[in-house]
Amino acid sequence: MKDLIIETRGLNYYFGNQKVVDDLSLKVEKGSIYGFLGPNGAGKTTSIKILLNLLKSPADTVFLFGKEINSNRIASLKRLGSLVEQPAIYAHLSGEENLYNRCILLGINRTKAKEMLRLVGLEDAAGKKAGKYSLGMKQRLGIALALLSDPELLLLDEPTNGLDPNGIIEIRNLMIELATKHQKTILVSSHLLSEIERIATHVGIINKGKLLFQGTINELHDLSKPMIELEINDMARGQDFLEKNGYQILGIKDKKITLPFVSTAECGKLNTLLIQHGLTVYSIYQIRKDLEHLFLDITKNN
Amino acid sequence: MRSLIISLQSEFYKSRKTLAFWASILLPLVICGLIAFGFFSNADKIIKMHYPPQVLWMTFSGSALGVMGMLILPFYVIFMAFSVNNIEHKNDTWKSLFAQPLNKLSIYTAKYLYAVILIFICLFLFALLTFLSGHLLQALNSGFSFKGFSPVEILSKTYFKMFLSSLGILSLQFIISLVWSDFLKPMGIGFVGVIAGIIAATKGWEHAYLIPYSQPTLALSMTKSKNMDQIFTQEIYTSLIYALLFFIAGYFIVSRKSIK
Repeated sequence: MKDLIIETRGLNYYFGNQKVVDDLSLKVEKGSIYGFLGPNGAGKTTSIKILLNLLKSPADTVFLFGKEINSNRIASLKRLGSLVEQPAIYAHLSGEENLYNRCILLGINRTKAKEMLRLVGLEDAAGKKAGKYSLGMKQRLGIALALLSDPELLLLDEPTNGLDPNGIIEIRNLMIELATKHQKTILVSSHLLSEIERIATHVGIINKGKLLFQGTINELHDLSKPMIELEINDMARGQDFLEKNGYQILGIKDKKITLPFVSTAECGKLNTLLIQHGLTVYSIYQIRKDLEHLFLDITKNN
Repeated sequence: MRSLIISLQSEFYKSRKTLAFWASILLPLVICGLIAFGFFSNADKIIKMHYPPQVLWMTFSGSALGVMGMLILPFYVIFMAFSVNNIEHKNDTWKSLFAQPLNKLSIYTAKYLYAVILIFICLFLFALLTFLSGHLLQALNSGFSFKGFSPVEILSKTYFKMFLSSLGILSLQFIISLVWSDFLKPMGIGFVGVIAGIIAATKGWEHAYLIPYSQPTLALSMTKSKNMDQIFTQEIYTSLIYALLFFIAGYFIVSRKSIK
């Protein structure tokens, strides 16, 4: 197994009596983009705050770079950059000044701040007060702040929140580049499966504080079982025909027949068959279970 | 130590464009300016009184000290304690501050020290500007008798005493502003505290020195009496002890503080 950059061992965390993180055992390998997936309130942000030692974890449950976090807080924090919830920005300072201030705290050269502004495309707005930035610009500045120290590990909590499609694509590409070209390890949380699917090499799914799934993206794909939805003019005949030809019908709902997806070639073959049999095919397309259904599936299996 | 210094640097960098920072410079400038202007425009009346030089200096510096000690200094200290912490509350930056590879004690100490430094600067400027404006008045109107006495020792002692007497309030208000993110709690508690402190101090309650908010008033009223030369009086000791205790308590709050 590769080096584990983040490892939690049976981590529990309570807010008062409420258990918000339940027996969480994260394993994030070096160089991976780990998609941390879960609905709002699942415990993602709490987990990230625990990884940053903002929330105190019990001893010997959280390990960053192979070392226990509570006893190696400063050494661990030196090697990571983070963006938690809304980016933490001083509204009365300009974007550039926010970065300079962080340069002071990290003891790094100011030229690095300029470089980061360029990287996130905020060069033109460098002198503008950060409080007047749009949500997307704030998010970029937050990412610039996280990247400033050139950390080995990035903890990004919903980094594409509030960005427009262009911004989302840019950040997505940036994350992929950082992981592939610069060997950085990235833990990125999201509540959107589609977002995670595009970038992550590994996925952890959390719900109500419990880790329901952890594995590579391919392992997740195997779980999410793609399907075909079929719309035809004569449902009864269609159903009859499909059953006779050995197709497994998963369900019929709203005048749509759901079948398991095998391959695109198989899809085409089915289309031809139906037409040859005198049926009119209105639509035939591949669908994937959305996150909600995937959750249900995964919880059922557990 | 290094992390304390860079935290202090950052505190300065963050706040150099805020009212909190400029207040410590503008406040003495405005008040001393107004008093000097008052003396200048009423020069004839004042000169006619034929004050001896020492008394003239006392009257002159007393106009600033009177308002300062009672009201402005306590409120200024409350405002400083509030604004140093509020810059993080307002921007929701506690989490990023504590996610930096810096010792929590240094971050906290730097904030506290920064507030102490601002108060020191403010009071130092008061003393300096009182001295300078006195001499300016002398230069503008030779009828004044400012040149006959050097107020340096008495001014520096009085303002240093006020500085020390304000540290108790600072530490207490610092904790309140650290724990609560809103404006009303620290200001409300501070306001009630200052009023109660003034009443306790001026009514001569024998244990008034135990109330942090009474200490500047007490320190000042002592200076007016015979104890001028003595810096470390009862209320100054108490203020310093409070400052130390609340500072330590504040650190425990910070080190256990979970950033939600």
